[in-house]
Amino acid sequence: MAQQRLKLRVNGKSRAVSVEADTPLLYALRELSDLNAPHFGCGLAQCGACTVHLDGQPVRSCAIPATAATGEIVTLAGLGTAEKPHPVQQAWIDEEVPQCGYCVSGWIMTAAAFLKTNKNPTDAQIREALAGLKCRCGTHTAILRAVKRAAQVMAKGAMAKGVAA
Amino acid sequence: MNAPLSRRALLQAAGALIVTVPLSGAVVAAPVAVKPGPADLDAWIAVGRDGRVTAFVGKFDMGMGLDVAIAQMVGEELDMSADKVELVMGDTFRTVDQGGVSGSRGLANGGVALRAAAAEARRLLGEAASKHLGAPAGSLEAWDGAIWVAGQPKRRVTYAALVGGKGFGAPIKWNGQFGNALAITGEAKPKAAAKYRVVGKPMPRRDVAAKVLGTAEYVSDLRVAGMLHARVILPPAAGAVPVSVDEASLSGIQGAQVVRQKDFLAVLAPVEWDAVRASRALKVSWSKPPPAFPDQAGLYDHIRKSPSVQTSVGPKIGDPDAVFASGARVIEAEYEWPFQSHASLGPACAVADVRPDSATVWTASQKGHAQALGCAKLLGRPPGSVRVITMIGPGAYGRNDAGDAAMAATMLSAKVGKPVRVQGMRHEGTGWDPKGPASVHRARAAVDEKGAILAYDFHTRGFSRAEINFTENDPKETLAGQFAGYDNKPGHNLGLPEDSYDIPARRLAWTSVAPFLDRANPLRASHLRDPMGPQMHFASESFFDEVALATGQDPVAMRLRHMTSARDIAVLRGAAEKAGWVSGPPGARREKRGDVLVGRGVACGRGHGTLIAIVAEVEVTPATGRVWARRVVVAHDCGLVVNPKGLRTVIEGNVVHGLSRALFEEVAFDRSAVTSVDWATYPIIDIADTPETIDIVLLNQPDIDPTGAGEPTTRFVAAAVANAVFDATGVRFRRAPLTPERIKAGLRKV
Repeated sequence: MAQQRLKLRVNGKSRAVSVEADTPLLYALRELSDLNAPHFGCGLAQCGACTVHLDGQPVRSCAIPATAATGEIVTLAGLGTAEKPHPVQQAWIDEEVPQCGYCVSGWIMTAAAFLKTNKNPTDAQIREALAGLKCRCGTHTAILRAVKRAAQVMAKGAMAKGVAA
Repeated sequence: MNAPLSRRALLQAAGALIVTVPLSGAVVAAPVAVKPGPADLDAWIAVGRDGRVTAFVGKFDMGMGLDVAIAQMVGEELDMSADKVELVMGDTFRTVDQGGVSGSRGLANGGVALRAAAAEARRLLGEAASKHLGAPAGSLEAWDGAIWVAGQPKRRVTYAALVGGKGFGAPIKWNGQFGNALAITGEAKPKAAAKYRVVGKPMPRRDVAAKVLGTAEYVSDLRVAGMLHARVILPPAAGAVPVSVDEASLSGIQGAQVVRQKDFLAVLAPVEWDAVRASRALKVSWSKPPPAFPDQAGLYDHIRKSPSVQTSVGPKIGDPDAVFASGARVIEAEYEWPFQSHASLGPACAVADVRPDSATVWTASQKGHAQALGCAKLLGRPPGSVRVITMIGPGAYGRNDAGDAAMAATMLSAKVGKPVRVQGMRHEGTGWDPKGPASVHRARAAVDEKGAILAYDFHTRGFSRAEINFTENDPKETLAGQFAGYDNKPGHNLGLPEDSYDIPARRLAWTSVAPFLDRANPLRASHLRDPMGPQMHFASESFFDEVALATGQDPVAMRLRHMTSARDIAVLRGAAEKAGWVSGPPGARREKRGDVLVGRGVACGRGHGTLIAIVAEVEVTPATGRVWARRVVVAHDCGLVVNPKGLRTVIEGNVVHGLSRALFEEVAFDRSAVTSVDWATYPIIDIADTPETIDIVLLNQPDIDPTGAGEPTTRFVAAAVANAVFDATGVRFRRAPLTPERIKAGLRKV
């Protein structure tokens, strides 16, 4: 197989990596030494630990080739920062959701995308949206609380913006 | 490690204990650490020049807030807020061996030891301040690193001015033990609980933001300059060994190489994906051993019929045999529990950098000090020569695959002379991790005509939870070591259930059977969260409900009538009241809601010194076999509650993990290999099946030292659920997990 030099757009920056034709996006991202999450969980798109946003949509980076990731990639670290966390990240902090925390990319990146288009979700809708993601420490009840908290905060934020406009 | 260099000199930099010292001879070694021994107060507590306090702890926080709780205990004794206390954990060169993460002993041993050290430090600070201020120690008050004469706040001095950067230079009494047994006591007595200002207050965790913002560094994130990526090549069948290896099969992969040590086989490459490709490309011809396992359907028969290897009988009370022979009514049942996998969220990862004069291993193993000893043995170097740094990893629930990866990385780094990062693939993490043992449990009770239990006999028969040690303190205890030819002799240990009942005659016992293979066994059993706890208490607490049914008693009332300890009674009552328990024999709480049957079940007892009662409310859907524990109530008495905020989420995690094991988890295997190797074949709980509500009742005991919370709740979840399923359906399920298929099959028989 032939190596190729690839330019990825990651968290707003252009990053060059060398990949094979079959290198999964996850492995390409992990070659960037300043990036911690996403994590390798299964390599089978079964758990979500490797989830990133590709053009705003959550994708399992272990299961798509890096060469196909031609859009804007956002990782957990690109979603928000310590100074300006994403409302879902803030809710995760407020609810102290993670234990080991290895799985959080899956839950947070999926929840953030879900809440963008679902402003006032029911408990059942949240469970459906997050179905299939894995957490081994059993933090699921805290996850449900955090998503509901984030939904409320985001709804309030949207309302405030509406009033200002 | 004892080195001649002055501890005081080392402590100049406030806990920065890493210095370069010459080893024997003229060779100047790479930086090594010198730490004071456990009998030296400076091994435990340091006050920096800036007044910040550092506590050195030989345990590790796995994401349950242990660090915060210990900071609270230390801050309390030193009269300072917990956020002014920093912790050093997870570095064998900077901390004393307190046993690592083990048996829910983080606070019970780790916290209590640090509390003794902090109290002694506070006493010495009081003495020094007394001299400095010319006032009796009893007249002084302190807060946040300042100490002053009561009523005269200007007559003050700081901890930093007294000892900052200098160390205490004082002894503390040590019991001579390492690990969980380590205890230290100072002249000072820790504070009475009535005076607490820091302990008992809800405190936020310290690790959450970094994990949520994607900046936390996991062991798998560590990049050491020049490191190679490795994948261990595991055999397709249990017991198979490589006959020949075709190294030319890697010729197309840049920089790929093969390392073989006896039957241990690995591929390495500079780029991680290349290592994965190499592991898939390598052509190996394997031996064809006879099938190692029975048919899975015959697992419990195998356990019943295999020769007994070791039997252990607990303290005998009364003469149960005489009671059983007396003609009293006897109730009897058997229960079965499968092998279960740690199934950590990611397969294990470790990095090792073995050099001629130093070795460093980064691991997510729970037992850093034991790992250091094991790696030193592997390298043929003296104990204490390997530095192990514990990092956060993909979840740890006991002796998972983390230590196997660390031993493999050490072996490979020594072979290739470069730093090596090893990570497994998913099928290896689930297929080859040490397992929680499968077991069969037989319970018998003799009852009188009023339903009082006169005699109780409980016998566990199964695979030993010590087929490998619960630490990686020797290469032979690890998969890499066993492949490389270190012969392991499986240990034998199971355990006894811990119930709360005062029964006049009883016998609790266990018997182990031999492992399927002594060496490199993918079904080797070891410690999985609350080792044997879920197995034994699924059986024992299901059985007490069977006794309640047979004697027409309410399960809560029947348990209460056999309890004599006020704490046990308070816990069971606490859960029953919170749950709104309606009295009546099993089945009495049954409701039909649309197409689901609703029931409630109880289970209770003790674990790791903690008392727990659970009431589960389940919905059973007969058409699909789905069991949903909609509401779970836990009453929990772990002595002193140090951080109620952290404790609640820890208990929630226990409940959900316990539900996962009760309802979904079962290792599958064919005659030669584990076949449950990913999340499709080894399902765990999904968010769809998460309870709607987990109510937690904390029974604080301020005057009783804290016991564990990290795992004991897990052990009672399965029985509470099985008892609730019986309440809902009238069918008793005695084999875990209660999967939809089993529920459907069980209900069809009615």
